[in-house]
Amino acid sequence: MDRTVSDTPRLAARLIEGEPAALARAISLVESDTPAAIDILRAIRPHLGHAVVVGFTGPPGVGKSTLVNTYIAELRKRGKSVGVVAVDPSSPITGGAVLGDRIRMAEHTLDQGVFIRSLASRGALGGLSASAAQVADLMDAAGRDVVILETVGTGQSEVEMAMIADVRVVISAPGMGDDVQAIKAGILEIADILVVNKADQPLALQTCQQLKAMLGLRDLTRRSVPVLCTDAINRTGVGDLADAVEAVAGRVKQRENRSAVAGRTRHLLAQAVAKAAETHVMQSRTQTIAAIVQGIQEARLSLSEGARQVLNNLGGEGHDG
Amino acid sequence: MALTATIPARVLVTKIGLDGHDRGSRIVAAYLRDAGMEVIYTEPWQKIESVVALALQEDVDVIGISSLATDHLLVPKLMKALDGAGLGHIRVIVGGIVPDDEEAVLLKSGVSRVFHPGADRADIVDVVARLARDAGANRPDG
Ligand code: B12
Ligand SMILES: Nc1nc2c(ncn2[C@@H]2O[C@H](COP(=O)(O)OP(=O)(O)O)[C@@H](O)[C@H]2O)c(=O)[nH]1
Ligand SMILES: [Mg+2]
Repeated sequence: MDRTVSDTPRLAARLIEGEPAALARAISLVESDTPAAIDILRAIRPHLGHAVVVGFTGPPGVGKSTLVNTYIAELRKRGKSVGVVAVDPSSPITGGAVLGDRIRMAEHTLDQGVFIRSLASRGALGGLSASAAQVADLMDAAGRDVVILETVGTGQSEVEMAMIADVRVVISAPGMGDDVQAIKAGILEIADILVVNKADQPLALQTCQQLKAMLGLRDLTRRSVPVLCTDAINRTGVGDLADAVEAVAGRVKQRENRSAVAGRTRHLLAQAVAKAAETHVMQSRTQTIAAIVQGIQEARLSLSEGARQVLNNLGGEGHDG
Repeated sequence: MALTATIPARVLVTKIGLDGHDRGSRIVAAYLRDAGMEVIYTEPWQKIESVVALALQEDVDVIGISSLATDHLLVPKLMKALDGAGLGHIRVIVGGIVPDDEEAVLLKSGVSRVFHPGADRADIVDVVARLARDAGANRPDG
């Protein structure tokens, strides 16, 4: 579907005014990487930096969406307008997705102060939609005070979220087997706040204590990471979560402007390159690519040498597939 | 363009009114997902205003309403509400138990197509894909 845009400057202006329909449309254009997208992203640049972007990540089923729902209610009580970007994986086979996070947030559907958008990862390697950062920027430019980014924790996506969010909340739940073990690998490094959700469950306290103990073993020179217990269904602990997010946001805002965060743009570019290269390799019908593939099959070429040749091919002959 | 993949259609699959039969809507959501579409799925019992808000925020191309009781009689009201919200480009389809005379009313109110029990998967997928393209071509903002 090639959707051409008649009036991009007008759309950007309406978005900056905060009009929901314009925000919704701009998100689609940016997500689909249409030519109009770059015009919109340029137009909103002077309007960035108002919002606090809060990332919620963790394994499937720990209650991220339910907690986001409860957190939205808390933010609304505090007078904040909210944007939510909820990312679910696309099927790697068909590209399709059922986007169901917002089912848990249904109580906010008719609140004008809450704008929720479901994104499919559309093949992004780490699980976070490649355009999630730009969508967060659109919501920022549209005047949302807090932008919440929900993503499924798949290892790589935590690292991506770390690049995008001002405040990183990592969520776990009791009774998820070796969940606490899983959390050790890499996530502690990026978390600003750790949440043990489902505090109503029997093992919650134990999980909380394990996490605190684990954090206690860390280098004492590092900043402390609060461990909070929440019950997203009965809505306990969410005020503390909102306070903790505000505290971290205060620190971050003083430090630097989000879009200037070192490495963020470079990371997004690297992701886009990977995606372009993947599309090229998968769709190309040229002799060059076929020869590289065969070389690797016959063990004449290493994978990394093959990749180097593909990148040269991308730059030279351009795209042909 | 070699480096751009095609853009998936976005479809809202939902139910309005008091009817709780959700097997049809779940199955249809899975059909569309497996055909490569992005489906926003909700629980039954949505209000008309909620469907409009969902369709707007999610920028969908097509809305599919599943109705096994009499709640499809609310769909003409939905069509008006969509128009009023500037979402007249969105295509609406209905599936479920809809008698012929009521189907005629729905079609007259602007519904693109009504499906019945036993509706064929390939037919549903084809129709939704075509309607999504129509919606894209008729957007006010391009
Ligand atoms: C299973 C069933 C139930 C289950 C529902 C389980 C569930 N979670 O869905 C239970 C037992 C709970 C139930 C309860 C009731 N039921 Co009942 N139920 C049925 C039954 C036997 C099958 C429905 C079904 O699941 N079919 C399978 C699905 C896959 O088919 P489908 O929904 O038709 O979907 C297909 C197409 O219609 C189409 N389609 C459907 N939706 C959509 C949407 C889109 C976007 C598209 C493109 C296509 C599409 O594509 C699908 C695939 O082909 C029907 C009888 C029948 N033959 O339909 C009665 C029926 C629907 N029930 C009926 C009634 C009266 C009730 C109750 C009121 C009974 C009571 N007195 O308590 C309650 C009400 C429940 C409620 N809260 O609304 C009546 C409705 C009468 C009417 N229309 O006027 C029916 C028709 C039985 C009858 N002949 O009297 N029911
Ligand atoms: N007991 C309990 N269940 C919860 C809590 N939060 C979420 N759940 C349930 O956990 C399941 C998964 O929730 P969901 O928010 O979809 O998790 P997500 O996959 O991490 O987004 C649902 O059945 C929720 O009702 C909680 O605090 N306590
Ligand atoms: Mg979720």
